[in-house]
Amino acid sequence: MRESIIMKIHYGTALGAVALVTIHILFRMTQNFSESLQYQNVIANYHLLPYALMLEVVLILLSVHGFNGLRVILLELKQGIVYEKLINYGSIGAMAALIAYGSRTILMAGMGMS
Amino acid sequence: MAVETISKTPEVSLPISSDSITLRISRFNPKNDLSPIFAEFKVPIQKWTTVLEAILFVKQNLDHSVAVRYSCRQASCGSCGMRINGKPALACYTKISELNSNIVTVEPMHNFPIIRDLAVDFKQMFANHKKMKPYIIREDSEIASDTKEFLQTPEEVEKYLQFSYCIKCGLCNSACPTMATDESFIGPQGLAQAYRYVADNRDDGKKERLKIIDQSHGIWRCHFAGSCSHVCPKGVDPAMAIQLLRGYLLGFRK
Ligand code: HEM
Ligand code: SF4
Ligand code: FES
Repeated sequence: MRESIIMKIHYGTALGAVALVTIHILFRMTQNFSESLQYQNVIANYHLLPYALMLEVVLILLSVHGFNGLRVILLELKQGIVYEKLINYGSIGAMAALIAYGSRTILMAGMGMS
Repeated sequence: MAVETISKTPEVSLPISSDSITLRISRFNPKNDLSPIFAEFKVPIQKWTTVLEAILFVKQNLDHSVAVRYSCRQASCGSCGMRINGKPALACYTKISELNSNIVTVEPMHNFPIIRDLAVDFKQMFANHKKMKPYIIREDSEIASDTKEFLQTPEEVEKYLQFSYCIKCGLCNSACPTMATDESFIGPQGLAQAYRYVADNRDDGKKERLKIIDQSHGIWRCHFAGSCSHVCPKGVDPAMAIQLLRGYLLGFRK
């Protein structure tokens, strides 16, 4: 992929995350902090489908942004054909793994399996 | 770091001078040495003595084996870049008197392989410069008979003029924090030259150049430290060139 497309995704995911994390924080401010962390209140978030979907999107945005950022740091730290291939595919793998694990949590909590 | 002190005093008759400084020169031959050492010399100076003149005084009178590259002595050829009291600068364009110090330390530029002492290897920088296709690309020509020169308005010239002042001294690359770890990075010198031609309305090579810089070790590895523009002795602003080039790649500029 062209580097400019990757970086557009990087900046786009950052902007998207700012917007959605703002909504997330505003929602949390409807209760006081300790209340928002109570078990039934946390579970209730996941049962609200639009909110659970938003959390899923935040998860995707930040996994893509964070691991691409890490990829950039590692590419600048050391060079080499094999090393760079490893970093590029490794980051995609790590993104996918984190998204899969996070989605599993969101799904299980949403279906009341925890 | 070990310090070798060579306390040779000049034997020749010197120009009248009341002042002298200690010039510390980093000595390193990668073929024989494990790490650089500093050699110290007492050098007489006058108000107008440049760092390059002080080094050449050492070569003429105290130790001819010091390796330094220079040519024009007037900030035109781009040969004499080095670290002077820690800061990247041209030795021929830095007066001792402006350093406000009795001890002047000269070291080779960072981010370049050292050939010997103060002389560094420009191979990679010149290769990156060439990769940017640093010439006007277009079908027709202004030198064939029955053609005319390509006229430009002052405004059109202004768009790229400052970037054409680059003398390929490498000081910007030596100051760049990305270059310190990413040896494949094109660097501010090359990127500023890519912009110099992209912004020239006589040129048709924009697409080609944008493609070359849009690589994993290309323009996106700049994180806007701005040190390149800070050290450039010719008033070129490579950091700005990079941001303007990004404008094309992100679709803000046509
Ligand atoms: C939501 C707020 C965020 C914004 C606006 C944001 C914005 C940015 C931008 C613009 C860059 C590019 C910097 C450059 O090229 O010099 C960047 C890089 C990076 N970001 Fe984020 N980011 C945010 C959150 C995060 C989070 C939560 C993480 C960790 C999961 C993260 C990890 C990284 C990493 C590792 C880099 C690479 C370092 C670098 O290029 O300097 N960011 N971010
Ligand atoms: S941009 Fe300035 S510092 Fe960089 S090589 Fe050209 S003249 Fe030297
Ligand atoms: S000797 Fe030519 S730039 Fe300094």
